[in-house]
Amino acid sequence: MKNQSVSNNIDWISIVIYTLLVILGWLNIYSSSLSSMEDTYQKQLIFIVLTIPLIFVVLSVDGKFYEKYASIIFIISLLSLVGLFAFGKTIAGQRCWYAIGSFTLQPSEFAKAATSLALAKYLSDTQINLKEVSRQWQALAIILLPVMLILPQPDPGSALIYSIFIIVLYREGLPAWYVVTGFVTVLLFILTLVLEPQYVILIGLAVLVIVHFKSRLGDRNIVLSSILFALITAFVFSVDYVFDNLFKQHHRDRFNILLGKTVDMKGIGYNTNQSEIAIGSGGWIGKGFLEGTQTKGGFVPEQHTDYIFTTVGEEWGFAGSLVVIALFAGLFLRIIYLAERQKTKFSRVYGYCVAGILFTHFFVNIAMVVGIFPTIGVPLPFFSYGGSGLWGFTILLFIFIKMDANKVNEW
Amino acid sequence: MRKVLLPSLIIIATSLLLIRIFYLQVVDDTLKLKSENNAIKKKYEYPERGYIYDRKGKLLVANQASYDIMVIPREVKKTDTLEFCQLLNITKEDFIQKIAKAKVYSPRLPSVFLSQLNKSEFAAFQEKIRKYEGFYFQKRSLRDYEVGFGANIFGFITQVNERLVAKNPYYNSGDLIGQQGVEQSYEDLLRGVKGVKYVQKDKYNREIGSYKDGKYDTIAVQGEDINLTIDAELQKYGEELMLNKRGGIVAIEPSSGEILALVTAPSYDPGILVGRQRSKNYTELYRDSIAKPLYDRGLLAEYPPGSPFKILTGLIGLQEGVINEQTTFYCNHGFSYGRGRFMKCHAHPPAQQLHNGIYNSCNTYFAQAFMLTINKYNNPAKAVDIWSNHVKSFGLGQFMGYDLPTGKRGKIPDSKTYKKIYPNGGWRSTTIVSNAIGQGEIVMTPIQLANMMATIANEGYYYTPHIIKKIEEHKIDEKFTTKHVTTIDKKHFKPIISGLSDVFNLGTARALKVEGIDICGKTGTAENFAKIGGKRVQLKDHSIFVAFAPKDNPKIAIAVMVENGGFGAAIAGPIASLMIEKYLRQKITRIDLEKKILATSLQSEYAKLGGLSAKVKAQMRIRDSILNKKIAIPVVKVKIDTTKEKKQAI
Repeated sequence: MKNQSVSNNIDWISIVIYTLLVILGWLNIYSSSLSSMEDTYQKQLIFIVLTIPLIFVVLSVDGKFYEKYASIIFIISLLSLVGLFAFGKTIAGQRCWYAIGSFTLQPSEFAKAATSLALAKYLSDTQINLKEVSRQWQALAIILLPVMLILPQPDPGSALIYSIFIIVLYREGLPAWYVVTGFVTVLLFILTLVLEPQYVILIGLAVLVIVHFKSRLGDRNIVLSSILFALITAFVFSVDYVFDNLFKQHHRDRFNILLGKTVDMKGIGYNTNQSEIAIGSGGWIGKGFLEGTQTKGGFVPEQHTDYIFTTVGEEWGFAGSLVVIALFAGLFLRIIYLAERQKTKFSRVYGYCVAGILFTHFFVNIAMVVGIFPTIGVPLPFFSYGGSGLWGFTILLFIFIKMDANKVNEW
Repeated sequence: MRKVLLPSLIIIATSLLLIRIFYLQVVDDTLKLKSENNAIKKKYEYPERGYIYDRKGKLLVANQASYDIMVIPREVKKTDTLEFCQLLNITKEDFIQKIAKAKVYSPRLPSVFLSQLNKSEFAAFQEKIRKYEGFYFQKRSLRDYEVGFGANIFGFITQVNERLVAKNPYYNSGDLIGQQGVEQSYEDLLRGVKGVKYVQKDKYNREIGSYKDGKYDTIAVQGEDINLTIDAELQKYGEELMLNKRGGIVAIEPSSGEILALVTAPSYDPGILVGRQRSKNYTELYRDSIAKPLYDRGLLAEYPPGSPFKILTGLIGLQEGVINEQTTFYCNHGFSYGRGRFMKCHAHPPAQQLHNGIYNSCNTYFAQAFMLTINKYNNPAKAVDIWSNHVKSFGLGQFMGYDLPTGKRGKIPDSKTYKKIYPNGGWRSTTIVSNAIGQGEIVMTPIQLANMMATIANEGYYYTPHIIKKIEEHKIDEKFTTKHVTTIDKKHFKPIISGLSDVFNLGTARALKVEGIDICGKTGTAENFAKIGGKRVQLKDHSIFVAFAPKDNPKIAIAVMVENGGFGAAIAGPIASLMIEKYLRQKITRIDLEKKILATSLQSEYAKLGGLSAKVKAQMRIRDSILNKKIAIPVVKVKIDTTKEKKQAI
């Protein structure tokens, strides 16, 4: 009876999109793996097949389980991240895998779901009001704990994903100025790199003066505005300092290439240049499945993982890219729609987290591949090669689908 | 508001990505091109160039295999370097240096280790090449000259220049192309069509298979063989006779316009422009600006024709009706005209009619005939134009349209010419009387002279001279089988020809008579000047001789020009008569004359002009290169029969 109610209430739209994305992902991995002589497409097929029992487990667990054990799942997940420092396997300079036989598992892929559960659990407490500063700090602590463990691996890409939780918190009542501050910070950062620091400060001053007088803040708030200006000045100079002195050369290169400050097609710019060529050569309808010359030639590095979208672009063209992007956007919006109609705050917050995490991955990944974002290793959900990623995203999504299907029972 | 933020972000971000992707895929064209350069390589399969035969089917130019030893440094294993070096006849230092050079280019891509080995050099190595990992060979096809003459006719093969690559999409940088001679004029037929294979490359530039299973690949089409109108024996003989002289010989079959021989001197052995020595040798030929071995004098050298032009003066006089066979002019060592001007003539009986006027080459007779022609009309401009048209109907004063890539128009003056020279007018027949005897404003090339003789032999028509006799699968150009008829009536040729015949019986070429062959000919001399040390100096006359034979049913018309050879009968005449004898009889009876001509050297005369002629002679044109070419050619040649068989199979 219970199982039947799950299948009746399950959101088939999400599942269909999910299935399509996984299949399309595999086809593109198949195409890109032909050049490398590796059996990545076979392995990925095994990973995909293994998601089926995984989905059944996730769906058949009692609906209350996730809420009940959210804290414990979170703690286990944190411990798994801590354990990396002792038992982790280092691949390509990153210590973020556990090796089990020939398979490797990346705990940070599962930590996102765990963190989402923990955050949802914390916010679902009716006592919590995010207008209170102490609550804000507590919520931030939940987010920053895994970030602190992931950053030193080092895996800045995975850590970056957690920034989307700010948007989730905002949805649940976090004051707007957090978001504004975050946005302004990023803007100032980019401007400082593009322009000279003194010009950025001048622009900041001009904006502050206009805002101050337009909004008639009066003399009393002149102190506030001044402090704000001081902060901007300090930030701009510190960015300049950090960028020049604390960033490693390859980080600087990534930004510089993105901002068009340096051109280097053979060295550090190679990845982006090749991925742009591959995508650009696709034209309107692409070269056809298995016909991508760039894909066959193996010109794009990491094509089956982070750069899998180049295969889509080359072999399926703008039409194919449009379909894939539309599928992703449809999934995100569907999840948000579902989240908004949840009866409990727990499942709504969780749904928001799912949409946010998937979206951030999607955007950062494709933006990097098409050359409008620095080179940061972030997989494309359901597409990129890798068991941990696929399973992590699958669990993340299906926990929410289970919650959504279960909402009837909560009456 | 709070609910809207994330969905809006998603929509904005998605649109941003789509715009960017649209830009990359649809707007920006450069990426597509880059991708092709990246991943698709066109590999060309070069067909074998067509062979060149002479008119009797003798093979003149074939192909030879040459081998480049290639190396992929990364794949080279430690082997017996000593043996390797011995097989290829290089030193160990060479070996180390060449490997290092290849490594600098790329460790994983093939580069040329040793280029253009001939078959015998390659044979020893071929057996053992499998022992040496990382080495392999690439076969190329080069021209193989079966004869040591005819360089000016064949032209040569060279790398196509970048200007042509940009203009003609068929050629790629580094392709070979025929230049000069028939290699240039029949390039399209000889080269065939190269085949293209599209190959998929990977990021290391390695080939990883054919692109789209060879859907766009094309097969190479073999070049076509051609037969030239050249008679190899005659050509060879002509070049031998011209040794140590400068000038040209052009022989034409009157009944067809086929060029039987096209000799220029000095020339060079075509074999020296093949193989490893090519560029060094070419530079040397190119730099010799005095002897100009690359300059085809038969086609390009413009001279005042001198006396042979009197034939046309006579013909035009007859056609215009101002003279007839009985018209008599008196000549006393020349004649005076205009205001105290005097044209000299040499010693001969004073009363001259057309017949003896020709064989005595009387200046007075033809000057008078010319003046009568011009004075027939009240208006000298009109008269000159009529005269000019007659002359031009012999194919003179214009590009003749033959199938060799170089040529000169020559110059036949008309009223416009004199309007330019004398803008105020006032010129009359006396002013331009030099034209009567082939001087004045007239210049002609040897091939034009030869064609003029062919036209006379034909009694009033000619076919455009051409060098192509047969093409494997094409017809030769129609223009070579189209008759050009002159403005002179056929009947006027008879007396002229009879006069020309007596040049050998009674006239200036008495000494050159060949027993049993009735030759019609005419001597000529052309004055010439050069600037030596800033002063204008008159040099020894150019020796000119034109002829055709036999008188009835002529088989050969010929023009010989020897620079600074003196009187026409001195050297050009003997050469012409020997050539005629050779062609008609295949053997020479006048051994002494032949010996004398072969031994004649004008190098001391040419030395006055300066330059390196002696050195050039020694290097480029030793007699041995003709008589025994195997010694003279640096590259040992081995015929490859296999390629030819394959070709026939196709």
